[in-house]
Amino acid sequence: MARLTRRAALAGGLTGSGLLLAGCSQTIHADQLTGAAAFQHVLDYGADWTLHTQRFLLGGGALAREYRPSDISRGFKANGTLNPDYPAYNQAVSEAFANWKLVIDGMVARPLSLSLTQLRRLPARTQITRHDCVEGWSAIGGWTGVPLGLLLKAARLQAGARYAVFYCADNLDGEPAKGGAQAPGQYYESLDLADAFHPQTLIAYAMNGQPLAVPHGAPLRLRVERQLGYKHAKYLQRISLTDTLAGINGGKGGYWEDRGYEWYAGM
Amino acid sequence: MSTDVSVEPMGPAVEKPRHTRREVIYRHTFLVRVNHWINALVIFLMIGSGLNIFGAHPRLYWGEKGDASDPAIASIGARMGPHGALHGVTHIGAKTFDTTGVLGASMSHGHMVGLAWPSWIILPGFQDLADARHWHFFFAWVLIFNGVAYLAWSLAIRHVQRDLWPTWKDIGLLPRSVWEHVRNKHPTGEEAKRYNVLQKLAYLGLIALVLGMVGTGLTMSPGIDAFAPWLLDLFGGRQSARTLHFVFASGIVLFIVVHVAEVFLAGPINETRSIVTGNYHVPPDRTAKVQQAKERG
Repeated sequence: MARLTRRAALAGGLTGSGLLLAGCSQTIHADQLTGAAAFQHVLDYGADWTLHTQRFLLGGGALAREYRPSDISRGFKANGTLNPDYPAYNQAVSEAFANWKLVIDGMVARPLSLSLTQLRRLPARTQITRHDCVEGWSAIGGWTGVPLGLLLKAARLQAGARYAVFYCADNLDGEPAKGGAQAPGQYYESLDLADAFHPQTLIAYAMNGQPLAVPHGAPLRLRVERQLGYKHAKYLQRISLTDTLAGINGGKGGYWEDRGYEWYAGM
Repeated sequence: MSTDVSVEPMGPAVEKPRHTRREVIYRHTFLVRVNHWINALVIFLMIGSGLNIFGAHPRLYWGEKGDASDPAIASIGARMGPHGALHGVTHIGAKTFDTTGVLGASMSHGHMVGLAWPSWIILPGFQDLADARHWHFFFAWVLIFNGVAYLAWSLAIRHVQRDLWPTWKDIGLLPRSVWEHVRNKHPTGEEAKRYNVLQKLAYLGLIALVLGMVGTGLTMSPGIDAFAPWLLDLFGGRQSARTLHFVFASGIVLFIVVHVAEVFLAGPINETRSIVTGNYHVPPDRTAKVQQAKERG
């Protein structure tokens, strides 16, 4: 109650009633509420509303704004893992990723395993877009890569496939990556098919005309321009098609989603 | 209707006791009263969760982009002092302020911690971006439904057009109204039955600020930007929208401070009763009372 008293003192005078109200709700309940499953469930309705409203508005496949080369950020901030730094990855770096493979499997008729050379030969798209981090900052960068929709069409989705799940080579909990989807801290992400087939959704291998640097996810990263930065998974190794996100790590469809962030990050 | 005999300290009752009937008008419709109290509660949840979100990157920029490597218009940070003590530092333009205890570094659970905004104002009371976002976006929906109901109803019954939109006559009375507010003289009689020009401008200004909050809030959404890129042009880019979101929110906080102060100055019981029950007791006409006093004198 000490905090309530301090707050009451600060809030005193003319604005007392209003601020005190906030003070009560906050000091007494907010932190407990945040941990309560039932309350989180209520808040989830808000996130669902956001998803459905944006899906309704964005149904036509509207494109994210593209910028001019002069708009590109000078020091595009790298976030999350800056270097996976474990023997297998370091060896791949030293080989200029000559043996790196991107696997597409799961609910597809034709599983694929593509080298960087093969990916670079496919039709590419280059786009200069704004990257919005959930923390609040924005940076503008140019990206070149293969539209994901093209790869998914080549792999031929099975009926019932609803999500593309992206498995990454980095481990954000600081342990050396142990490999396998279930390793704790292994970064992963997922998109529904509306975003997976969006023309600006790329498996990018170049940034600002240069091969992707290690801090930005070398050799491959996802670009999903109508969502926040944590959806743009780096160090891509495998894309698996599935009908449900349940049973994959925390079951929420991504590293940050398992830690409380929204699965739909268009807001 | 009610009668009131006790608040007329106008000299000794030499004449026969005279009961003054106080006029009561129905000032606030039911929906407006419900709208008001939902807003009054939810605005604090929005400010608390909004400042928590702001704390995840307490720097403001102008334009489309801005990250730690770009110059900021304003920023909040913490630095270690020479004796290992944490200091809060706030930059606004080229100016630097030591804001230890409030911005940048403040006490939480008995320890000085690096926090952009102090734990007593943020929601939840510790740096928690994921949960603050859940709170903010859930209650943003509540405010949007509440605001749409208010605006639709108020336009339909012509509340906005009749009661809030200032006339040319109102604009002409602006200097007088400012002077009356400065002297803390509140309208009485017929004049008290309608909003004075400063009230009209304050309430319209609040509606504009809320629309600005919704607009700048939506501009921060990469999904909405794809749907409505004109929002980026309207607010000068995504980071400008984020900065304006903070500026408009500050405007709303200023409104709340003045609004609550005026309630206290104009008569807290009558004003609060009117926004709870709808009934407003019209203060007796000051000029008429002066007239009566003259006749009696």
